[in-house]
Amino acid sequence: MKERVQVVENILSANDRLAGENRARLNQNRVLGLNLMASPGAGKTSLIERTLAGLVDELRVAVVDGDVATSIDADRAAAAGATAVQINTGGECHLDAVMLHGALEGLALDELELLIVENVGNLICPASFALGTHVSVLIASVPEGDDKPYKYPAMYRGVDALVINKIDLLPYVEFNLDYFKAGVEMLNPGIVTFPLSCRTGVGLGPWLDWVRAGLKDLRR
Amino acid sequence: MHELPVTESILEIALRHAEAASATRVTDIYLVIGQLASIVDDSIQFYWDMISEDTIAAGARLHFKRIPAEMLCFDCQVTYQPGEGELACPQCGGRHVKVVSGEQFRMEAIEVESAEGALSRE
Repeated sequence: MKERVQVVENILSANDRLAGENRARLNQNRVLGLNLMASPGAGKTSLIERTLAGLVDELRVAVVDGDVATSIDADRAAAAGATAVQINTGGECHLDAVMLHGALEGLALDELELLIVENVGNLICPASFALGTHVSVLIASVPEGDDKPYKYPAMYRGVDALVINKIDLLPYVEFNLDYFKAGVEMLNPGIVTFPLSCRTGVGLGPWLDWVRAGLKDLRR
Repeated sequence: MHELPVTESILEIALRHAEAASATRVTDIYLVIGQLASIVDDSIQFYWDMISEDTIAAGARLHFKRIPAEMLCFDCQVTYQPGEGELACPQCGGRHVKVVSGEQFRMEAIEVESAEGALSRE
């Protein structure tokens, strides 16, 4: 005999449940979790190096690096003064809550204040998988082109802050900042934006202050 | 894209509910996908045929129901369903808009077969 069984369950509910657990562990230890997402080469690791240089004297920071292969990024983060954990996703195009859950096992969270997760370089898949971090940050970069918000709306819609890296290259490449910002504004009205250059260091101050403020909010 | 882990999740959910219903076979799976969810039906079907092979859900038909997104315009306060690739407000052309819904991706129901008597135990 045949029967219809009502299910009504989110397909990614297992991921969302684990993301909830990750968030609870971070909250318990009052560690602020940042999820950095961007296309390959936008400057995720460079921003992490700059952020560590600016904060490592005042905060204890760990970096979780997601990559398809190698530990190049985790090595760079460790050299910049963070506790670093590399996750090799073995071909998977994004980090998910399960992978972060495993990485958190290896970290002494009670000895940390800030956890930076460097997601796999990709503007599509990471947007669909909650990790349990508090804040999602997208790093756009000038050489990528000004049409990216229009082409990757889900990514631009789902983040809490936007870094525009490599602004020192604005005089040299075709990048219409107004067109770029109009696309961002349509998808994510009022999003906090940090134009900066990891190479020259210009614009990093407001970004660092924003990270400090996020941690202060969490610890209040 | 991440259709493989997504398909594995579909299988896990379907098998769990089938087992709870003491089913011997899953014949149909009904999925609801929001217009803005980046899910490709064909890829899911492709992976499904491979990974469901040795389970009681092998050969089950996947039914995809796409539902439109809903947007809110901050300029004129109207709610509307956006067209494909155009998110701006159709009433005032405003671009200060917010996605109210459209990224859903859930399983609504499954249809299962079970041995005679297995369902009448209640």
